[in-house]
Amino acid sequence: MSALRDRLAAGEFTITAELSPPRGASAAAMLGRAELLRGWVDAVNITDNQGSHVRLSSWAGAVAVQQSGIIEPIMQMTCRDRNRIALQSDLLGAGALGIENLLFMTGDHPKFGDHPGAKPVFDVDSTQLTWTARTLRDEGRLLSGKELNPAPRFFLGAVENPFAPPVEYRARRAAKKVAAGAEFMQTQYVFDVPVFTRWVTELGELGVLDRCAILAGVGVIRSARMLDFMASGKVPGVQIPEPVIRRLRGVSPEDVGAEGAKIAAEVIAAVREIPGVAGVHLLTAGYEKQTPELLRMAGVSGGRGGVVPPGDNTAGVSGGRGGVVPPEVSRAGVDRAPLVRTSDGD
Amino acid sequence: MTRVMVELRRTAPAGSPLAASGTAGPRSVPHRPRLSARLAYLMQKVLKPNSANSRFGALVERSALARKLFTAAERASKERLFGCRMCGQCALPVTGYSCPMGCPKELRNGPCGGVGPDGGCEVYPDKRCVWVVGYERAASQGAAADLRRLQRPIDHRRWGESSWLNYWAGRDDDLWTTDDGLASPPPMGEVQ
Repeated sequence: MSALRDRLAAGEFTITAELSPPRGASAAAMLGRAELLRGWVDAVNITDNQGSHVRLSSWAGAVAVQQSGIIEPIMQMTCRDRNRIALQSDLLGAGALGIENLLFMTGDHPKFGDHPGAKPVFDVDSTQLTWTARTLRDEGRLLSGKELNPAPRFFLGAVENPFAPPVEYRARRAAKKVAAGAEFMQTQYVFDVPVFTRWVTELGELGVLDRCAILAGVGVIRSARMLDFMASGKVPGVQIPEPVIRRLRGVSPEDVGAEGAKIAAEVIAAVREIPGVAGVHLLTAGYEKQTPELLRMAGVSGGRGGVVPPGDNTAGVSGGRGGVVPPEVSRAGVDRAPLVRTSDGD
Repeated sequence: MTRVMVELRRTAPAGSPLAASGTAGPRSVPHRPRLSARLAYLMQKVLKPNSANSRFGALVERSALARKLFTAAERASKERLFGCRMCGQCALPVTGYSCPMGCPKELRNGPCGGVGPDGGCEVYPDKRCVWVVGYERAASQGAAADLRRLQRPIDHRRWGESSWLNYWAGRDDDLWTTDDGLASPPPMGEVQ
């Protein structure tokens, strides 16, 4: 049973986040980070060799998180490493072990990872992979036409980057994924709210918003160094508008993190006002400790009673996820985390 | 063993070609079409399957030599004009005549999210994304709606075949949907 599906169907503002599996043969550290998100987010993406760097598989990571009972996983699947045989096989495996939430994306090119000489597979693309999963579920068949017994239960997700050229085509591309079967969609970092709003409006005009829940990607620029990196234009798929850069450059370097968090909280509040936006997807993998603080700033309470800290209720989001604010939001562990998400959210 | 590891870790020298994902033809590198969009869409009128070219195609397919020569001619012309890699299942008529197999991820349903702000390819930033080019070309000819169709996975056994012969013989009919598929769920169909 996907609680994520139920929550979105009920029209409740939904929070998802990311958890990247470790480079190592133990899921313990990842479960420790998942614990920090307990009660604060509704489901968490388990990334699939993000940035083409080898990690514990998203499949095993999702099972570990599911079995821990800490939080509901969303298993990411990219098209980079597996052909249609392996992908369908893994989809059946996920179905057998009760992993229902799936998120399909193209995946970064191997060039950007730790094995740049690896063969890029891309046998099917992200639209076709979504279509494949829907075929398995709804038709109870493989792509070959062979029957499945039984068919899996899935809740299908996709991603889109509303800010990458050709911008005029992005809503149409998202609509293709909805036609293929996507029931929820997470986006790349939203910094440019007007462009995002236009994209959502177009989705509404295409009539897909009642079939697909949109979760706006929100991340925090945590330091001057991260700002330099992200504003360089070298991070695939990430664009930061000039006014945001100016605003962050306008504060002293040690305050960039605080200002970045303020911006993220403002984005959450702004996208919440856009009709058709079902929630936010927090792109804060590796910084799970910051998540409660960010949600608090945005007015999202994790407490069961939905208590919102006074004075900070910018987004007006109620909680109900049983979250507890850690005594202090520390920055420990920052060095080991990837600097930013790349275009995985293809 | 150590030596093997060193070999594996060695990074490719700058500017060296990346591996192609496909199995035939030149590497998957974005290619700027050398034929104008207007001419390409005019050409479509001639190459579209009809009784004349279906009969011609059938004739060509009767002789192994004729087929080989015809395929070689197709390869030579389309390689030059569109950077064709001979996937054998041509999508050009519905992609603004910008070849999606030049995309390093060989995406047939539109661009990935890594396209640079200037429209550059994520993998080859100095080349324009084939879908940015394709969208512009299709839109310029009033054919942007073609990019809404859902493209089915290709059959990798067809690499190296003549897509014109496949096209005329109707072997390509299920490559893409007739519309955007939003009205009713489009069937994936059987992929061998």
